[in-house]
Amino acid sequence: MPDLRTETLRVNFGPQHPSTHGVLYLIVDLDGEIIVNVEPVIGYLHRGMEKIFEFRNYSQCIAIMDRSDYMSAFFNEMAFIYPVEELMEVDVPKRGEYLRVIMMELNRIASHLLFYGAYGMDLGAVTPFLYCWREREKVMDLFEIAAGYRLHPNYFRVGGVKEDVTDEFLEGTMQFVKELPTWLEEYETLLSYNEIFNLRTRNVGKMTKEWAINLGVTGPVLRATGIRWDLRKTDPYSAYDDFDFDIPVGTHGDCFDAYRIRVLEMLQSARIIEQALNNLPGGPVRAKTKLNVSPPKGEAYARIESPRGELACYIVSDGTQKPYRAKVRAPSFVNLMAVPPLLKGHLIADAIALFGIFEPVMGEVDR
Amino acid sequence: MNDVIFMVLRGLIALAIGLVNVIIYLYVERKVFADIHVRLGPMRVGKHGILQPIADALKLLLKEDIIPSKADRMLFVLAPVIVFAPSIMIYMVIPLTDNVVANDLNIGIFYIFGVLTIVPIGVLIAGWASYSKYSLLGGLRAAAQQISYEIPLLLSVLGVIMITGSMDLRTIVGQQSGSLVSIGNIGIIPNWFIFLQPLGFIIYFITLLADQFRVPFDIPEAESELVQGYQTEYSSMKFGFLQLAEYSNVLVLSAVGVLLFFGGWNGPVLPPIVWFFIKVWIGILVVTWIRMTLPRVRVDQLMTFGWKLLLPLTLANIALTGFLQLYFA
Repeated sequence: MPDLRTETLRVNFGPQHPSTHGVLYLIVDLDGEIIVNVEPVIGYLHRGMEKIFEFRNYSQCIAIMDRSDYMSAFFNEMAFIYPVEELMEVDVPKRGEYLRVIMMELNRIASHLLFYGAYGMDLGAVTPFLYCWREREKVMDLFEIAAGYRLHPNYFRVGGVKEDVTDEFLEGTMQFVKELPTWLEEYETLLSYNEIFNLRTRNVGKMTKEWAINLGVTGPVLRATGIRWDLRKTDPYSAYDDFDFDIPVGTHGDCFDAYRIRVLEMLQSARIIEQALNNLPGGPVRAKTKLNVSPPKGEAYARIESPRGELACYIVSDGTQKPYRAKVRAPSFVNLMAVPPLLKGHLIADAIALFGIFEPVMGEVDR
Repeated sequence: MNDVIFMVLRGLIALAIGLVNVIIYLYVERKVFADIHVRLGPMRVGKHGILQPIADALKLLLKEDIIPSKADRMLFVLAPVIVFAPSIMIYMVIPLTDNVVANDLNIGIFYIFGVLTIVPIGVLIAGWASYSKYSLLGGLRAAAQQISYEIPLLLSVLGVIMITGSMDLRTIVGQQSGSLVSIGNIGIIPNWFIFLQPLGFIIYFITLLADQFRVPFDIPEAESELVQGYQTEYSSMKFGFLQLAEYSNVLVLSAVGVLLFFGGWNGPVLPPIVWFFIKVWIGILVVTWIRMTLPRVRVDQLMTFGWKLLLPLTLANIALTGFLQLYFA
């Protein structure tokens, strides 16, 4: 009797598929339910951002940079401004730095809330998504009070922030930060302590420290393997030196750790915001710089810790008002490299759980 | 001749009662979901969106009916019918009260579970005939899941049959009247089989969820993996029938669960038929609530759970019931 002929099944996940985040396109070869090969196809959201930078002046670039990782716009702005400030050697006033920290940490909470909901959705739990969306809305309202915009605030400037915040914002933020731990507790009972969720995520896709470092993985996924690498601590920028906070790390390097770290990070962000609000210094929010920002000739590279990992920007200036070259190191893009080797040999259902922890934002991958 | 007309009439009435309940189920589920999600749900069609199921059905009827060009046309059209027909067939034998039943079978339970085994065939046909990879994977998953969970589903019911010594649903409910524990004339715990067969009921409930692809066992339709599973390629009323079949089957299995474990229409004060529907709807609401709360298990975890845990447990339950019967007899 001849052997049964079997062949692998090629399934397209995306670019329009309910599971993929944004327009990522995965070509998956399946042997039954087991993944044999994965090939990510990117570029569906390519907007030529880095090229556009070369034709815009620096203040315009900030507005464009907002659109890169549309879930954490403040980090993009910071990543772009940081090297420019290094080049110009601007002294940012303390109040400006504190406001930046408050904004970025609020944004981190918003981004992690979205991750929480989307991850639950990936694993089949629908309700957490709507709950965290409700809380995220409050952060968006705060952004609107401060900057006038919700998703793409365009609030940071070279040398500080656009304008001072109102009392309404400060009170609202304080209230939000105070309430956050109670919500998170509610959320954790929905997912973290759920037996099925634990079954699905614990010991799934274990990553070792060496493996993660070799593939250049950063962010919560790297910390899940047990490496205490958070640029806010290891290479402090802005005013992060002034605050007291912990960096949660995992022990197993599995999906559950990567998920849990984000929940714990939200609490730490709340701690930072509370400290910043209590010690908010007075004075100006923006250093006196020339209206047309034109850094001296030279180049600078600066990195910050975005919710997804190490976000960095490399800027070459030729002394004019426009950058000669601007290159963004997007954490989503680099982390995506780790997806194919990680997914091989897993079930399709696991692939969704594994893929979700990297939380790639396609706007940032394609830029 | 009169007999035939009377029989058809009774069947139609049973069908109408069943379908009306399914329509109410569609509306109630959406509203309960919305409430759990802290939103409003359908509000526009009629007061508080009460006509929403009718609007949905109309929309499905008016939609273009697309059959994929490479699909097996006959099987593709046949599959929704095969999936939907069994639940209608079950309506006919479910007694609502002691004397309201379309067709009184003395092997009611046997018939119900026999008919239910037709469903996986239809699901597999739907997955295969669509000529789509998502559908095929979904259909295979669905068939594997239903076949492996039908065994514990059947065996979990066996304990009740052993106690009553009958497969007639009316006899089974009749034996659940009165109270198990009472102080004076006031019954504290009713004589329902859930108290005699707790393990049997738990297994019945879990397998009910798995058999009808409800969360946390909605693996064949896992939208984050397989879009809509075996339903992916269906549109218009064919899709409607596949969806309807699932809701209808949950209704049917909830009713069977009430008859077997919760004393059917037995209850104080209120008329029997009201008690029956109250119990059925509590069952449905619990299923809805679970659907909104839990994530989804993985396909291999589901199989392990079914074969390695539920099946031995059901067998143990049967053995235990047998021993206790011998001991007390």
